[in-house]
Amino acid sequence: MRVTLKIWRQASRGGSGKFVSYPVDNVNPDMSMLECLDVLNEQLIERGEEPVAFEHDCREGICGSCGFMINGVAHGPLPATTVCQLTMRHFKDGETLTLEPWRARAFPLIKDLVVDRRSFDRIIASGGYISTSTGGACDGNDILVPKETADRAMDAAACIGCGACVAACPNASAALFTGAKITHLGVLPQGKPEQDRRAIAMVAQMNAEGFGGCTNIGECTGVCPKEIPLEVIAAMNRDYLRGSWRARDNVVTPIRPFTEWSTGSKLKNDPTGG
Amino acid sequence: MELNANIPSGPIEQKWDKARFEMKLVNPANKRRHTLIVVGSGLAGASAAATLGELGYHVKCFCFQDSPRRAHSIAAQGGINAAKNYQNDGDSVYRLFYDTVKGGDFRAREANVYRLAQISVHIIDQCVAQGVPFAREYGGTLTNRSFGGAQVSRTFYARGQTGQQLLLGAYQALERQVNAGTVEMFPRTEMLDLIVIDGKARGIVTRNLVTGEINTHLGDAVILGTGGYGNVFFLSTNAKGSNVTACWRAHKRGALFANPCFTQIHPTCIPVSGEYQSKLTLMSESLRNDGRIWVPLQKGDKRSPDQIPEAERDYYLERRYPSFGNLVPRDVASRNAKYVCDEGRGVGETGLGVYLDFGDAIRRLGRKTIEERYGNLFDMYQRITDEDPYKVPMRIYPAIHYTMGGLWVDYQLMSTIPGLFVIGEANFSDHGANRLGASALMQGLSDGYFIVPYTVGNYLATNKLGKIDADDPEIRNSVACVQQTIQKLLSINGKRTVDSFHRQLGKIVWDYCGMSRTAQGLETAIGQIRELRDEYWQNVKVVGSADDLNQSLEKAGRVADFFELAELMCIDARERNESCGGHFREEYQTEDGEAQRDDENYSYVAAWGYRGYGNYPELFKEPLDFEYVHPSQRSYK
Repeated sequence: MRVTLKIWRQASRGGSGKFVSYPVDNVNPDMSMLECLDVLNEQLIERGEEPVAFEHDCREGICGSCGFMINGVAHGPLPATTVCQLTMRHFKDGETLTLEPWRARAFPLIKDLVVDRRSFDRIIASGGYISTSTGGACDGNDILVPKETADRAMDAAACIGCGACVAACPNASAALFTGAKITHLGVLPQGKPEQDRRAIAMVAQMNAEGFGGCTNIGECTGVCPKEIPLEVIAAMNRDYLRGSWRARDNVVTPIRPFTEWSTGSKLKNDPTGG
Repeated sequence: MELNANIPSGPIEQKWDKARFEMKLVNPANKRRHTLIVVGSGLAGASAAATLGELGYHVKCFCFQDSPRRAHSIAAQGGINAAKNYQNDGDSVYRLFYDTVKGGDFRAREANVYRLAQISVHIIDQCVAQGVPFAREYGGTLTNRSFGGAQVSRTFYARGQTGQQLLLGAYQALERQVNAGTVEMFPRTEMLDLIVIDGKARGIVTRNLVTGEINTHLGDAVILGTGGYGNVFFLSTNAKGSNVTACWRAHKRGALFANPCFTQIHPTCIPVSGEYQSKLTLMSESLRNDGRIWVPLQKGDKRSPDQIPEAERDYYLERRYPSFGNLVPRDVASRNAKYVCDEGRGVGETGLGVYLDFGDAIRRLGRKTIEERYGNLFDMYQRITDEDPYKVPMRIYPAIHYTMGGLWVDYQLMSTIPGLFVIGEANFSDHGANRLGASALMQGLSDGYFIVPYTVGNYLATNKLGKIDADDPEIRNSVACVQQTIQKLLSINGKRTVDSFHRQLGKIVWDYCGMSRTAQGLETAIGQIRELRDEYWQNVKVVGSADDLNQSLEKAGRVADFFELAELMCIDARERNESCGGHFREEYQTEDGEAQRDDENYSYVAAWGYRGYGNYPELFKEPLDFEYVHPSQRSYK
């Protein structure tokens, strides 16, 4: 089959970008979207042109590296599938596919289809863990976790941090991502002691990063390759609300607030150069 | 150089306790004055960085991905072993130790393996405390399954995403330390050289993958947790970015590389479908618990599987290995798949595939149970192949998956360069010539959470580490080397892409140094690799600049290192005139086609020293003694 890839090309964060169309012949219906880009890139290099930069690693749908918009849909048309596992058989012969990077204020663009998602790491760093250090854990079976609880935690923990939820949201909200971690840890007995502060700290960080507010539209769960349920956002709101009146005296200082990104001031050790 | 593994004396059960007691400690107030460099953020790297941070050291952690959570440990599906004996089926530390030494075909170090088995139980406790959502029984206790090659149920799992959940646990512990200020995280940063001053590892040279900036980071010890080198085969189950560069550059600075030819072929992967293929997808071998492997009895039988009656199917593993059946270790399962395909009985369009059939299991247990156990794997299979495995048997074929070889380390996990520690898949130590299923996660976390934090402390407490002059000639030399390589790669401006070379290299290594090897074939491979490498340095085309995100340039540097490693793998495979585990030399097999070891002559670790490109590497041997598990021919009959 044959497709035309209309791809957002932008050399760097500071520059301006534009769509460039590339016809790709001899597309095998069994190849993945990323393999199709590989084929295109090989041709571009042979012609002496810069290949399209796109993020990818495991190509098994689990590392969360890959992701871009295909015809306006995060990860493309197939439910519960990342672009690395999206095979070309799901497109029509002769179709034009428009590929764009995730667009969100908290995901600054690096190049072409690659964006910077370190804001997600900072949300986790603000409280997305159980504070236990190595050594000193009790026997695994001393903490009984009902099967249903473990399953629910696992449903939320399956998040791969790809950022599709943010890209799909009209508000560029990270509520599904943040809610998934708050739910995973909050439902488990091990995570209960920090349930309040975790929610407060993570929500504060999420806001500071410049993600938008959640208005319960549900696009996020619709495109989520791991089908994280919308209820994690309800759990986040509940934990946040309860935490807010129980632990009101806690002073939460978000780390590296988003303003540093937008003002362009140079951060210490910032791989993107600020 | 005399290789000293520094194994503590005394009975095997007491060695680790003894070693820990004998270690010198670092005064807590001094810990923050030590800067430690951790390269890699997978299970080993992240757990080490987090734990060292918790202890109060100043840690700098590096990964080439955009976030430490992406490391390829995340893709491990099946589970993690631990000798908990929760199922009361006769497991023990000793049995896990025994199984691992035997499974490794008697080419691993007993003391290391015993320690691994001892620590396994603590790993589970640690991960539960972190909130890893392991599968549970209705009563709330942890559940287990039996897994590739084990007759006890000692594998803990979180659906088919165990690696993901364990890595997220380690990643969260790491981010907690980032928040606490003990760990500085450097994502999108690749290590391109090791800095060795006065014979000790004192830092690394890195390239910022976004700005292209070359930086040096200095410290008191360097810990590599950079994973395996399976991508030398181009097509593998590894992530596309997985590479040998950090290890290889350390090797060139003096760290010995051990047993490079010990590579593991995983029996259950989705077969190759076309030339464009960029990687192979693993299906967890837990599938072998309930799936039955077969091919048609008749050669070239092109009927669809449901048209082939029971009597005309050959369940070859059950037939040849009645007591282990479909659960034989990975190397045995892989080789047998190759045999039946070589006989012309393979299935699928290419003839390179065998059936993994769940028909019986679905009839016996019901579709719901199978869905619960393997649902996500079945979905993944269907997404890729467009076939429904609940109705049609899966087609599988072996693919390269794990590398047992790696940088040589002693009992303290320190390489032959003092101050350079190597953990997880990047070292060679625990799996011998073949790794058992669900043992990689165990080793990564054991090294990272429970071993290296102690042994690095001992190194710091027993060595005088002077202040480094930032202008030291060694530092300038390392930086210059890195810059030269980058400039060279960009300036060739030849006709072929990096991938086209890598693909061709991978095919050579797969054909001659893959599932089965011969001295002659290896000789051919070495010649072809050299030729192709020479062409690479004349004719590769890397476009773009060194000053921004340039993914072709990143690949070009990694492939250059794969060329050199590939040659060493073939040299090592040719030197080892025996068959053991994943290393199968056709000349050395028993009458019924099983691997034939030569304990008299080859019961050693082959550790290779670099002597410049084109020069034959220097071989050092670490003899292996088996005091507890006496070598026998592995039999799974």
